[in-house]
Amino acid sequence: MENTSSVKRSSNRSDILEHTLHGITETLEQALFAEEISARKGLFQSLDARVKVISVLALLIGVALSHSLLVLLAIYFLALLFAWTSAIPAGLLIKRVWLALPFFTGLIALPALFITPGPAFLHLPLLGLVITQTGLTTAAFLLLRVSTSASLTLLLILTTPWNTVLSALGVLRVPDVFILILGMTYRYIYLLLHTANDMFLSRKSRMVGRMDTSENQKMLAAISATLLDKSLNLSSEVYLAMQSRGYRGAVVTLKPFRMQPQDWLWLFIFLGITTLAIILGR
Amino acid sequence: MLNTKPVFDVRQVSFEYEGKQTALDHIDLSVHAGESLIILGANGSGKSTLLKLLDGLYFPTGGEIQAFGNPVTEEALRDDEFNFAFRRRVGLIFQDTDVQLFSASVLDEVAFAPLQLGLPRDEVNRRVDSALEALRIEKLRERAPHRLSGGEKRRVALASLLSLNPDVWLLDEPTTGLDPRSQSWLVEFILKQRNEGKTVITATHDLTLAEEIASRICVFSEDHQVVAAGDPQEILEDHDLLHRCNLAHYHAHHLERI
Repeated sequence: MENTSSVKRSSNRSDILEHTLHGITETLEQALFAEEISARKGLFQSLDARVKVISVLALLIGVALSHSLLVLLAIYFLALLFAWTSAIPAGLLIKRVWLALPFFTGLIALPALFITPGPAFLHLPLLGLVITQTGLTTAAFLLLRVSTSASLTLLLILTTPWNTVLSALGVLRVPDVFILILGMTYRYIYLLLHTANDMFLSRKSRMVGRMDTSENQKMLAAISATLLDKSLNLSSEVYLAMQSRGYRGAVVTLKPFRMQPQDWLWLFIFLGITTLAIILGR
Repeated sequence: MLNTKPVFDVRQVSFEYEGKQTALDHIDLSVHAGESLIILGANGSGKSTLLKLLDGLYFPTGGEIQAFGNPVTEEALRDDEFNFAFRRRVGLIFQDTDVQLFSASVLDEVAFAPLQLGLPRDEVNRRVDSALEALRIEKLRERAPHRLSGGEKRRVALASLLSLNPDVWLLDEPTTGLDPRSQSWLVEFILKQRNEGKTVITATHDLTLAEEIASRICVFSEDHQVVAAGDPQEILEDHDLLHRCNLAHYHAHHLERI
């Protein structure tokens, strides 16, 4: 009994530590999982990254401009179909989008149900509130637009390695130096996450006694300060490494993409779908 | 070999970090073309700082460095023509491969130097293919560097310099974190560069590596000074010198047996 309560107390005390470790591990695992999916054989994986970036962007514009719930629903199911043909379990896409949706868009959409003026759709007698038909349509549009957009974006991210997405941004006239900085940010955040993970694990391995809130705060502050110091040192060393290989302020990159006939075909298909969505959704 | 014009001429060079912490104290050193010079020293003796000075990334707080007969100064490296010529001829492999490999993919990494130095795209592609093939990492082409193992990262780092094909290779603790097979492969790689007439300057405290690749050794003391320079065999057999410079130790359990 004593042992049990001691373990319980100890686990409560190390909550912050465990929670942080869990968060870091989950982030690292998700990155690994996305990389594994992008290496699978599937429709989206086989397309040129530029085609994917342009097509997803075009479809997002189509979603934003469409004023028909049916059209939005059709694009959403199309996204699920593309996920299925790209070896992404539809359940994964649905779960990732709809688990996060209520916390963000749901909170915005909820009041719209009641405050948008229009004919009554449903009375909630216990709460004394009325859901209006216009409110319901507005909330449905908001949720469907966001879920479709999020699904399309996830489709791109899950089927394309991050470095390739960045390189493909070049076709949208994003400056090379911006792409390089984005790439380095992702790369070094990943490295610092690993370092943070090691530091938390090292702290955990040496923790035998009680850690109260102030000690927890001290530990987090110390780890944050060390990480900041490491990242500053890293940034100056990376700059030296770039200078050593000829960097003088302007970045030149290779654009290694080659369009295949099937890329052109799919580009026209996606642009066609977008045009149709805009026309039918007017 | 010693009659050839020095690739680097280091005269009375000192360096202090932020004007307080001494890293190098009045160093004199000449490096000749085709040499495989080992800078041997304990941690914190100033080896890495010297390599950064030779690569024109830091500049001496005292003394002078000449490369290929020209002074390497901040002002000289501001000149595009000199900078390009210098960077094309001298390459540095950092000790920490995570610092060296900053690009989003292996392909971008290997292409970085030749692209920055203005080589035509076709030539860059040819060099990238050739470097990846030479280091047997063609399969890693599209991979993100941070996903690679220590040995793979080291190969990519070397490929990122091989695509530049510099005359002088500066290697900072190249065996750090490598397993025995990768270490052995690295030794072969360095010897190959040396046989092709490249100048290789390696900073290390690894005596085995020094024995394998050195044509000359320069020993740094923990006071940041050069305390010996010369024939590898003579230096590696001078146990008192190595002991004084914290490069070899008499283990207590060995002494007990004696």
